[in-house]
Amino acid sequence: MPEKLDEQTMGLRVAKEFEDGMIVNLGFGIPTMATNFIPEGKEVVFQSENGVLGFGRTAITEEEQDFHLINASGQMVTRQPGMCFFDHAESFSMIRGKHIDLCVLGGLQVSEKGDLANWVIPGREPGSIGGAMDLAFGAAKLMVVMTHVTKNNEPKVVKECTYELTAPRCVSKVITDIAVIEITPEGMVLKETAPGWDVEAVQALTEPKLIIADDLKTIEF
Amino acid sequence: MSINKVVNSFDEAVADVYDGAIIFIGGFGPANGTPSNLIRALVKQGAKNLTLAANTPGLGRMQAPPPGMQRRAPERKIKMPPNYDNGGLLIQNDQVIKCIAAFPGNAMPGVPSPLHDRRLAGLLEVEMVPQGTLAERIRAAKAGIPAFYTPTGPGTLMEKGKEVREFNGVPCVLEYALKGDFSFIRAYKADRRGNLVYQGTSRNFNGAMAGASTVTIAEVDYLVELGDLDPEGIATPGIYVDRVVVRKNPEEGI
Repeated sequence: MPEKLDEQTMGLRVAKEFEDGMIVNLGFGIPTMATNFIPEGKEVVFQSENGVLGFGRTAITEEEQDFHLINASGQMVTRQPGMCFFDHAESFSMIRGKHIDLCVLGGLQVSEKGDLANWVIPGREPGSIGGAMDLAFGAAKLMVVMTHVTKNNEPKVVKECTYELTAPRCVSKVITDIAVIEITPEGMVLKETAPGWDVEAVQALTEPKLIIADDLKTIEF
Repeated sequence: MSINKVVNSFDEAVADVYDGAIIFIGGFGPANGTPSNLIRALVKQGAKNLTLAANTPGLGRMQAPPPGMQRRAPERKIKMPPNYDNGGLLIQNDQVIKCIAAFPGNAMPGVPSPLHDRRLAGLLEVEMVPQGTLAERIRAAKAGIPAFYTPTGPGTLMEKGKEVREFNGVPCVLEYALKGDFSFIRAYKADRRGNLVYQGTSRNFNGAMAGASTVTIAEVDYLVELGDLDPEGIATPGIYVDRVVVRKNPEEGI
C-alpha cells in the first residue's frame, strides 16, 4: 500500500483552502495543525471558540508558551497584532451568527450527502460534542479533515453515517490522508489523490461510488 | 466605603454552598481560567449531591492505572498550569450527581476516570449540551430570557424530546435558560465592586457565567483600587459579581 499523508501534511493541504481575508475556525485535533501553514502573502484570521480572534502559529519556545493563550485543542498559540479576546457567549454569537467564513473539523464519518458524525463512538459514550454542532450549522463553509479509514480499516467516508450525527448535510469537502473529495448534489467527486494512490485504491477504501473529476490530480501542497 | 465584595478566604467564600446546589465552573481545558482554589475549598467544605455545569468538568487528579495496566501517553501533549485543579476533583470526592457539559472528554480504556466510571456505575448523570447552546443557555439566565430557539441541533440527538420550529425556513430547537445557584469564576484583576478583567483566553466561560447564578464568586489574582481598572476595558461589570477572593500567591499560580 502506498504511504498515507501524516497529520502535518494534511494540515498543509488544509491550509491551501485559506483565502486572503478569511475568518477561519479550526477544530480539535488535526485541523489545528493548519495554523502553522498560512499561505505566503495571505492574511487569515483564526477564530477559536474559547474566545480569541487573530492568534498566530503554535507556541514552540518556553518564552512563547502562555497559559492565557490556547486554542480549541488546548495547545498554546502565539500572540499577533490585531488579536482580540471575548467570552464564550460572544464567541458563539460569531459562530451561529454566520460570521465565520470557513470551519475545518475532524471527523469520524462523513456521508455521501455531507452528513457529519464526529462526537461519539458507539460504546465510548457519552462522547464530547464541544463546539462542533454549532460550527457545523454556523460556518459559511465546512470542511472535514480526517484519516480515510479507521484503525481497523473501516471506511469513514460512508453511504450513511451509523454514528450519532453532528449535523446533517453540512460538509462541502473532505480532506483525508489519501484523497480530497468534494460533496456535490450529484454525489461525492474525487478531486485529488495522495502521491502513489490511484482511483481504484481510493475507491476500495470508500463506501459510496466516487465520481471522478475531469481534472483529477495528485494532491499539491 | 459601603460596597465591599471582597471576602477573606476561599473557605469563607464557599461556606454557604448547600447540598443539591447547581455549581457553574468557568474555564476551558488547560487555559489558566479555572477557579482551582474555589474548587479545592468546596472539596473541603463537603456539600453533596451537586450538579456541575462546565464546558469540561475535568478528570480530577491523575490516578494510577490499575495493576498490570500501563498508562498510554496522551496523543497530543497538553501542558497544565501549575497549582491547577478542575471540577473533576469534586467528582472524585463523590460530591457530584450530575454534570452538564459540552466536552466531558474520553476515558482511556482501563484507566480510572472519575466522571466516566461513576456514570457507568449509575452514580452520575451526564447531560451533553453543544458548547454554543451551553453558553447561550447560561447567557439567557443572566439576561432574564427564559428560553430561546437555536439552529444548533436539529436532525441530531440534541432535538430529542424538544420542540423544533422553523424560522425563515431554518429548523430550530427550543432550549431553556440554565441558571445556577453558584458561579465559580476565575479572573485576573478585580476591584471591591467586583469589576473584573481577564487575561487572554482565560475569559472563556468565566465571562459568560458571571451573573448567571444567584451567587457569583470570583477568584482573582489581584485586587486593585477603585479607579485602577480602565472603565473602557472592564470585561465583567461588577453588578454580576457578589464575592471576590484574592489568591494568596498569584505568582505561584500564574
